[in-house]
Amino acid sequence: MKPRTRRALWIVSGLAALGVAAALVLNAFQSNLVFFFTPSQVVSHEAPQGRSFRIGGLVEAGSVVRDKDALTVRFRVTDTAKTIPVTYTGILPDLFREGKGVVAQGKLGPDGIFHANEVLAKHDENYMPPEAAEALRKAGHPMDKTAFAGQKGR
Amino acid sequence: MIPELGHFALVVALSLAAAQAALSFTGAATGRHALMGASRPIAIGQFLFVAGAFAALAYAFVTSDFSVVNVVEHSNSKLPLQYRFAATWGSHEGSMLLWTLMLGGWTFAVALFSRHLPERLVARVLGVMGLVSAGFLLFILLTSDPFERLIPAAAEGHDLNPLLQDPGMVVHPPMLYMGYVGFSVAFAFAIAALLEGRLDAAWARWSRPWTTAAWCFLTLGIMMGSAWAYYELGWGGWWFWDPVENASFMPWLAGTALIHSLAVTEKRGTFRAWTVLLAIVAFSLSLVGTFLVRSGVLTSVHAFATDPRRGIFILLFLVVVVGGSLAIFAWRAPRVGLGSSFAPVSRESMLLANNVLLGVALAAVMLGTLYPLFLDALNLGKISVGPPYFDAVFFPLMAPAVFLMAVGPVASWKRARLPDLWIRLRWAFGVAVVAALLLPFLLGRWSPLIAFGLWLALWLVASAVAQLVQRLEAAPQATLGAKLRAQSLSWYGMTVAHLGIAVFILGVTIVKGYETERDLRMAPGQHTAIGGYDFEFKGVREVPGPNYTAIQGAFDIRRAGSPQVVRTLYPQKRMYPADGQTMTEAAIDTGLTRDLYVSLGEPVEGGAWGVRVYHKPFVDWIWGGCVLMALGGFLALADRRYRVKRAAAVPAGAAAQGAMP
Repeated sequence: MKPRTRRALWIVSGLAALGVAAALVLNAFQSNLVFFFTPSQVVSHEAPQGRSFRIGGLVEAGSVVRDKDALTVRFRVTDTAKTIPVTYTGILPDLFREGKGVVAQGKLGPDGIFHANEVLAKHDENYMPPEAAEALRKAGHPMDKTAFAGQKGR
Repeated sequence: MIPELGHFALVVALSLAAAQAALSFTGAATGRHALMGASRPIAIGQFLFVAGAFAALAYAFVTSDFSVVNVVEHSNSKLPLQYRFAATWGSHEGSMLLWTLMLGGWTFAVALFSRHLPERLVARVLGVMGLVSAGFLLFILLTSDPFERLIPAAAEGHDLNPLLQDPGMVVHPPMLYMGYVGFSVAFAFAIAALLEGRLDAAWARWSRPWTTAAWCFLTLGIMMGSAWAYYELGWGGWWFWDPVENASFMPWLAGTALIHSLAVTEKRGTFRAWTVLLAIVAFSLSLVGTFLVRSGVLTSVHAFATDPRRGIFILLFLVVVVGGSLAIFAWRAPRVGLGSSFAPVSRESMLLANNVLLGVALAAVMLGTLYPLFLDALNLGKISVGPPYFDAVFFPLMAPAVFLMAVGPVASWKRARLPDLWIRLRWAFGVAVVAALLLPFLLGRWSPLIAFGLWLALWLVASAVAQLVQRLEAAPQATLGAKLRAQSLSWYGMTVAHLGIAVFILGVTIVKGYETERDLRMAPGQHTAIGGYDFEFKGVREVPGPNYTAIQGAFDIRRAGSPQVVRTLYPQKRMYPADGQTMTEAAIDTGLTRDLYVSLGEPVEGGAWGVRVYHKPFVDWIWGGCVLMALGGFLALADRRYRVKRAAAVPAGAAAQGAMP
């Protein structure tokens, strides 16, 4: 092989490897995007079945029910217009409270119950998770504006 | 009075920074020695005034001066002393001041340790750093004054976010900022070299120790953040691919590529333009990280700032710095010239592959971090990109880089022959394969991914051993001790850092492969057994803290089948009355080969609690590996060739040919 052909081969294989890497990255990106839906959108069947997504809103007051002997919790997430039932097995974050903002990630079951595998409420208690604030805003909830922008409303 | 003095010190520092930039650049352009000579004392003065301002703010925090808004919002008189001090950088304003203080410190260090460098280069380096510093001081004075008064003064402060009341808060931010800001030196050297139109091996040797030092601090800073998250967030994860973490990880990736590319520029004079570009990218990513965390575009505990003026200022600053430096790069880079050529199989080509892989990994992390922000900013919907994406792209990209990491140091510069490499490394390769195939059986379960991870780590270790043996055999000295002493510190440094990667990979592989995480409900007196240990929940009681009250659980731990209590762990749930927050404080029994981790979830009925009981084998190796990486960097810094006196440094071009590790 001539030196020039060999160099061309190296360059071509380098570019091919880079192309493969880019394809791998974009493919992984595509298949791991998690979309966000509000309870109203879920109720009107805009959310996918069988694929993981996030919901956000407020934990409806009085809706939290614990299983007698396991760590399973049922609660309802509301954007003040619509609510969806959620079930989750595990330990809830410190800032999970009734009437406070919450974001859950999981899949929608055929029974219309949202099976969460992750519940996020990792912000301080005056703070609204941005997804939850977004859900309330879309539902036209007349909330104090400062609570939306992800601010500490001291 | 003290806060006003602090504010005044900032104003003086700003004018000094502006003078530092103006005089240095004018002096360098006109060749007037008096102007260039002035840049050094001015830089030192600038640092002293910033330090004074920082001391004033720290004083206000330590003495709980509640007539200062910043202190009222982020401190409390009941806060223990070390956290009152750490609260100095717990706020947006304070952390920007810390940033500027670090920048002043690095400038000070450059001014002190650059006496052997050409006058014009030093002037330009200090000029660039003065410009950056002026930008940050202006930012602080215009948008984030930490000394603003509250009239009338408050009786009590709101308290520091309980998440931040931790020893991690005392050490993690300064260390991280040390690293972030340290890349400003590499950046300033790069810009100065571009302006100078001279970019050679000597330049690389001058800027290399600064870059390595910054990289070491950044490594330690990220490691401390990770360890902190592990024990403080209460659910035992050590890396979340959270945007805030990625903001510090992106400069690290760029910095890692940079220190390798600088090695090639120093030894072979190649990769020059690429090295300069990486220096610009590394510092720009530090600024992007500051922007992401400080402007409030991210929403997480780290993002306190929400004033849009700040975001716009940082964004503008970013555009000026990144855009300006890239413009200078485009304008001057063609002049710096190419280095000597190299064959497709050579140490250069492997370092090139390392740089490409790190670059692609950096791009992938950036995509996952910034794309959701862009979509959100453009109102195209809210999405999130979770850990599965980062795991799926990061590990396959890093595996070949790690493989080459074992081969590169053995390969010769310019041209290496594959058969030679094979002869030198075949034993290491064989030992690693056999050990990786057998070890998982010892550890309990065989899976291809675990075996592969172990193989990568063992391959690194075995090839380092092979290289050491071959170097000792080749050394002409008589005794083993003399042979060991004959190896350069920079070689030891590189080897230790690479072994750090191996230790890190071992930790990650084993903890991912064999950890047990059990979330369960336990009533007092109940047992659970994991990882060969038995945990007995003894119940909870209330205990007081300095500025909180805690519910404290007790767990007796025994080895399975033994009645002897090895240790009792006391995880806590802390309530902070000052702002009504609750915090989970995990209890961890740390060991060389495993951590036992217990944290309290929430009370369920009848005295029972939801608890997390985890067994994490080798998890501490993850941070141990990071410490080794940083240690390797510090060893390399101590290498003799960076401490050459002026006389030895004069024939700069010639020096590049010598001192080969």
